[in-house]
Amino acid sequence: MNYLIDILLIALGAALINNFVLYYFVGICPFIGVSRHVGMAVGMGCAVTFVITIAAFIAWTITTFVLMPGAPLTRLAASLFMPAETAARVDLTILSYIVYIFAISSSVQFVEMYVRRFFPLLYKAFGVFLPLITTNCAILFACLTIMSHVVGAENPADRWDLGRALTLAFFGGAGFTIAIVIMAGIREELELCDVPKPFRGAAITLVVGGILAMAFMGFTGVDSGLREAMTAKPAVTETSTSVPAPAPPEEKTLSKAFDFHRVSTPIEGPANILRGESCPG
Amino acid sequence: MADQPTAAERFIQGILPENPVYRQLLGLCPTLAVTNSLMAAVTMAGAVGFVLLCANVIISLIRNLLKPYLRIVVFTLTIATFVTIADRFLAAYLYQMSKTLGPYIPLIIVNCIIICRCEVCASKQSPFVAAADAVGQSLGFGLALSSIAAIREILGTGSLFGLRVMPAVWPDWVIMVLPPGAFLTFGLLLGTINWITARKGGKKIA
Repeated sequence: MNYLIDILLIALGAALINNFVLYYFVGICPFIGVSRHVGMAVGMGCAVTFVITIAAFIAWTITTFVLMPGAPLTRLAASLFMPAETAARVDLTILSYIVYIFAISSSVQFVEMYVRRFFPLLYKAFGVFLPLITTNCAILFACLTIMSHVVGAENPADRWDLGRALTLAFFGGAGFTIAIVIMAGIREELELCDVPKPFRGAAITLVVGGILAMAFMGFTGVDSGLREAMTAKPAVTETSTSVPAPAPPEEKTLSKAFDFHRVSTPIEGPANILRGESCPG
Repeated sequence: MADQPTAAERFIQGILPENPVYRQLLGLCPTLAVTNSLMAAVTMAGAVGFVLLCANVIISLIRNLLKPYLRIVVFTLTIATFVTIADRFLAAYLYQMSKTLGPYIPLIIVNCIIICRCEVCASKQSPFVAAADAVGQSLGFGLALSSIAAIREILGTGSLFGLRVMPAVWPDWVIMVLPPGAFLTFGLLLGTINWITARKGGKKIA
């Protein structure tokens, strides 16, 4: 039951509340560049959702089995030439960026070949979008988020499993599609409007994007309300029997880990920053 | 397009005529994401500048060995290496700032500015020109980021670099440090700059 709530909240958070485009600003380039016609926007959205899910699968697998401290495959390999307790502490996370970018670009290549061979119609529909996706930051962002929940989890119970990782990726892609399709719809109408000349193109798109982001801010807080509504009933029976329920950890996973927009207002600690800066030089 | 620009031309072009943010509309993710405080924007520009400089010089040094069909992979792997260095450095010496910037430091890997400069300049010209180009472009990027960040921070929190600059009666306009403020500020600034260039030089810069 708790697991289902988790999945639901991750999905809702990725698609609407913390929308990839309108909250985290990843995938802005296609948002500005490709959102001219609804048809193109839908194609781009589908392609991104498709690739992002595959990339998330690869990223989760590599992180869990190879990269993170004490990962099974690495431990096995390392124990061949070092003592077992040292091998258990081998940490390859420093390589993560290189590994992810390599995994993403190669998976895009494979997806492209596969689609071209078996779904020629789909390939035609995707067109130039597939190779472009390699450098779409939304995909790397999803991989990094998954990594932070796998490697960053303090106790193994909080560690994201494959289901959660795929949910985040798929619904993140869906959120991207929603945003870009809405934007394309607005822009088709904007073509007919008398926009001041300097603002035509990217500038007016950004302003409209701002208004859209404001609208999406209306979803803020939906997740905590929903959680309360769903956990209110079984709380009496469940909390008494077991565990300090996954409620507080989940709160952290969705909001705290990446919540720099709310936490990081500049007032936070200039003193800290300045002190830190005077350290190296 | 007959001759490649010289080092000085590359340097000047990066700052205003070919400003990566306002003219080429590249690297928009960090432009929108980390400009809620000036300090974050400056740090981000510094990180991007470091990665761009190193990547440009390295790519320029090995430009004769590159196979055309492998170049993008080589670019991204080079960039990823330097981003890892920058990320570890920030985590070691500017821990608070690296927390604030969060995933946007690793996202430099897929920042289009760097790939674009590697492709346009570094893979064709000598290391010195490539270095000048990198410095110019990152200065332009830094200026663009700072302009947006300064506006957002002053309007949003009434302070600059965390120090209060607005009078106490100023109501903090919180929306400016939230995501919508980024879109609005950048959109309006971009329009204003288009307007100024259109008035000043006609169609000189297009």
